[in-house]
Amino acid sequence: MREVTLDNLDDIARGAGILGTGGGGDPYIGKLLAREAIRAHGPVRVVRIDEVDADATVVPISGMGAPTVLLERIPNGSEELAALRALERHLGRRATHLTALEVGGVNSMLPIACAARAGLPLVDGDAMGRAFPEAQMVLPGLAGITNSPMALADDKGNTVIVEAVDNHAAERIARAVCVELGCQISCADTVLRGDQLADGLVPATLTLAARLGAVVREARAAHGDPVEAVRATLDGKVLLAGKVLDVDRRTEGGFARGHARVEGTRDDADRVLELGFQNEHLIATRDGATVATTPDLICVLDSDTGDPVTTEGLRYGRRVSIVGARCDPRWTTPGGLALAGPRSFGYEVDYLPFGSAA
Amino acid sequence: MRIGIDVGGTNTDAALLGHDDRVLAAVKSPTTPDITSGVTAAIRALAPPVESVAAVMIGTTHFVNALVEGARLTPVAAVRLGLPATAALPPMADWPARQRDAVGGHGYLCHGGREFDGRPLSPLDPDELKRTAADIAARGLTSVAVSSVFSPVAKADEQRAAEILRDELGEGVHFSLSHDLGRVGLLARENATIINASLRDLATVIVESFGKALAEMSITAPFFLSQNDGTLMDADFARACPVATFASGPTNSMRGAAFLSGLGDCAVVDVGGTTADIGILTGGFPREASGESEAAGIRTNFRVPDVLSLGIGGGSWVSPDGESGPRSVGYLLTEEALVFGGTRLTATDLAVAAGRADIGDSSHVAHLDREFTERALERIAERLAEGIDRMRTSEAVLPVVAVGGGSVLVPDGLPGFADVRRPWHFDVANAVGAAIAQVGGEVDRVFHVPDGRRDAVLAGAREDAVGRALDAGARPGSVRVVDIEEVPLAYVPGGATRIRVKAVGDLDLGRLPAATGADAGAIRDA
Repeated sequence: MREVTLDNLDDIARGAGILGTGGGGDPYIGKLLAREAIRAHGPVRVVRIDEVDADATVVPISGMGAPTVLLERIPNGSEELAALRALERHLGRRATHLTALEVGGVNSMLPIACAARAGLPLVDGDAMGRAFPEAQMVLPGLAGITNSPMALADDKGNTVIVEAVDNHAAERIARAVCVELGCQISCADTVLRGDQLADGLVPATLTLAARLGAVVREARAAHGDPVEAVRATLDGKVLLAGKVLDVDRRTEGGFARGHARVEGTRDDADRVLELGFQNEHLIATRDGATVATTPDLICVLDSDTGDPVTTEGLRYGRRVSIVGARCDPRWTTPGGLALAGPRSFGYEVDYLPFGSAA
Repeated sequence: MRIGIDVGGTNTDAALLGHDDRVLAAVKSPTTPDITSGVTAAIRALAPPVESVAAVMIGTTHFVNALVEGARLTPVAAVRLGLPATAALPPMADWPARQRDAVGGHGYLCHGGREFDGRPLSPLDPDELKRTAADIAARGLTSVAVSSVFSPVAKADEQRAAEILRDELGEGVHFSLSHDLGRVGLLARENATIINASLRDLATVIVESFGKALAEMSITAPFFLSQNDGTLMDADFARACPVATFASGPTNSMRGAAFLSGLGDCAVVDVGGTTADIGILTGGFPREASGESEAAGIRTNFRVPDVLSLGIGGGSWVSPDGESGPRSVGYLLTEEALVFGGTRLTATDLAVAAGRADIGDSSHVAHLDREFTERALERIAERLAEGIDRMRTSEAVLPVVAVGGGSVLVPDGLPGFADVRRPWHFDVANAVGAAIAQVGGEVDRVFHVPDGRRDAVLAGAREDAVGRALDAGARPGSVRVVDIEEVPLAYVPGGATRIRVKAVGDLDLGRLPAATGADAGAIRDA
C-alpha cells in the first residue's frame, strides 16, 4: 500500500478493529478524525520499513485513555501534533516519519490523522502487530529500545515530557498523567532510528489491516462467509461459532476485566468457550481446555457481518465467531512472554503455542 | 376501551381494544397527505362508542420518513459546548450531504462541558454564547440543539447555555437538549438532538393533526404516541421529543404480534408491501440492536429493536427466474399487480395463483404456470426461513408469528420452523401493538461505584428507573425492571461505571387527565 486515502480508510478501520482483538476502542471516531485530516491535507504517503534510511527519526503516535471518554470528549485535532512537537523540542531534532505503536482499534487511525496534518510519511507497521493494553508491551522494549522520552498532550495545550527509569515506570507515570488530563491524551514516544525498525516493528500491518477490511467487505458483497475470509487471511483457526450467553465485567486497577461465556451453535453445538479479557481478549478456554492465549490473537467477530466485536460490545445473545491467529514470533520468546504472556495478565496458565490444541 | 392507530406511509391501521384487552374491531384505510382525514376515516370505520374511549395510542412513521426524505425539516442551530476539545469533528461532520443541507449545516463550537468525573472541561463563556445567539438570530434560526460534553454525567451546562441563549433569542425559539435524548457518546447523542430539533415544527403540526382528528370524532380522551422501546409518550412530550418515535413501527408490530399470538418468546415476520422485517421477541419485548444505530445514514444512540429487513413484500416484482424483490410496486399494488388488472407480476399474484390469498381478480393469474408459481413461493419461504435462522440465538425450537398485510406470502410451515402462526387480526398487528404500549422509565448515567457498594448503587439506579416509570404514568405495582446494563469505564480509576436500567409498567388509565369531569368515572371503568 502506497497511500492512505479516503477510499481505503474504511477497510483499514475495520481490519484494525479485527487486529485489535477486542480492545483499542471502536475505530469509528478515529476514522472520522483521519478522514477530516485527509480531507484537509490530502492522502498520507506510506513507506515500507526497508525504504526508510538508517538515520531516519521515526516517531510512533498513539492515544492513551478510555474509549468511552474518546467517544464523548472528542479531540480537537491538535493533540498528536502537540505531542510530536514537544517530543521534537526535547530531542532537538525533527521527525522524518511517523508510525503506529499499535495497529489495533483507534490507535491505527490517530497516526494517520497526525501524518496528514504533519505532512510526514507513515511507516507501514506497528510496534505490537495487534493491540495490548499497556505502553511497555511493545516490541521495541524487547529490543532494548526505551519508550522514554515520552511526550503527552491534551486538548487544552498541556504537554508533559516523561523521562522514566524504565518502560514500566513510564507506563505508570503516563497513566497517572492521563487520568489527571481527563482520561484521553495523545502520545509521541518510543523513538526509533531507521535501522531499528526491523527489530522494533511488525512489518506491513497497515497493509494487513486494509486487506482484512477488504476481504470482509468483498465476502459480504458476494454473500460469502466473512468470518472464513478473515480466518484465511490471518491463516488462523475458528475456535468456536456461537452466541454470547453471559458476560461478567469488573474493574480492577482501572482495567475492565472479566470473562464471557459463548455457547456453540450448529457445528459447535454442545461446546462452550470461555473468553477472558482485560480490555483485549486474552485467553480462550473451550470445554475446560485452554485453546488460545495471549500473545496470540483472539479475534471475536460478528458471525453474520465479520465486524470485530470489542470487549465492551459483548452482549447477551450476540452471535459471534472466535478466530485465533498466530502473533509475531518475537512475542513467544521468553522475553516476549514475560511482557505479554498469560501470566503477565494474572492468568495462572502457561502460553499455549498456537495450533497445539486440538 | 383503547384505540391503537398506526399511521404508515401507505396505510393507516386502527384497532379498538376492550377493557379486557380483546380486539373488538380492526380496520385498514389509506393514509392521507393531511393525516387528519385518514385518521378520522380509520376511527369512523372502527365505530367506537366514543364516550367509552379512555385513551388513544398512535404509532407514526412520519418523523423518520421526513428525515429520510430530507423534507419538511426545520433549519437548526447546533450548539456544542466542549471547546477546546471536540473541534476536530464539528457538528454534523458525519452526516450525509442531503440531510446536512436539509437542516442547514449551522454548527457552533463553544466552551463548556465536563470531564468524565464531572469536573469542568472549560467554563461556559456567556459572552461567547451571546455572540452565538446574535448569529443564530441573524440567520433566522428558530430551533436550537444544545449538546455538551458528558452531559449525561452533568447536565447543568446545557441548561445554563439554553437559558443564556433563550434570554438573547426571546420566546418562540425551540430548544432540544442532548441529555434529554441520548446516551454517552457525543456525536451520536448530538445527532439525535439535531434531528429532534429539525422535527420540532413538524411535530407540532402532526400532534395538532392527531388532536384535530380525535376532536372531529368527539373523542375527548388523551392520546399518546408510541416510542422506540414500546412505551408511550404524551402529546407534550411528543412535541418536545419527536425523535423518540423513530423505531416505533417495528416495535409496535412485534409487540402486537406477541400479544395477538399469546407468545412472549418467538420470531416475528412482518411482511409489508416492500420488505419483510424479522425480529426476535424475548419476554414480549423486541431484542434490541447492539451498539449504535443509524437513521437515514446518521449515527444516533437511542436504542432500537434488532430487525433484519429482507427485500420481500406483497408488492415485490417477480423476475422470470422466479426470484422476488428487492424492487417493489409498493403502494401502487392496486394498480400494477396482475390481479388488479395491471401488468407487473408481483408476489401477491403468486399467492393468489396458488390459492393462498383471495385478493383482486384471480382470473388474471390463471395463466401462470403452476410449477413456476410453486417454485417462486418456495424460494420466498426459503429466504424467510434463512432470515429467521440468522436472527435467532439458539437452536431451540422457535415459533414464528407472521403479521402484516403481506404475510399471505408466509406458508403454514417454513423450512426448519414448523410452527408458523398467523394470529387473528394479523394485518393490523401494528395498531394493536400501539394500543398495548406501556409506559417506561430509564436511567443511564456514569455512576461512581466504590468498593463494596455495587449492590447499593444498583439498587438506587433501579429505584430511580421505577420512579421515572411511575412519574410517566405507570400503574403502581405493574412496574418491573426489564433491562440492566453495567459497563465499567476502561482505564478510569475509582470505579466509574456506566449503568443503564429500564423499567416499564402498564399505563394507569385511572390517572389519566380527563377532558371533562363527567368522563372521569367512565375512564376508570374502561
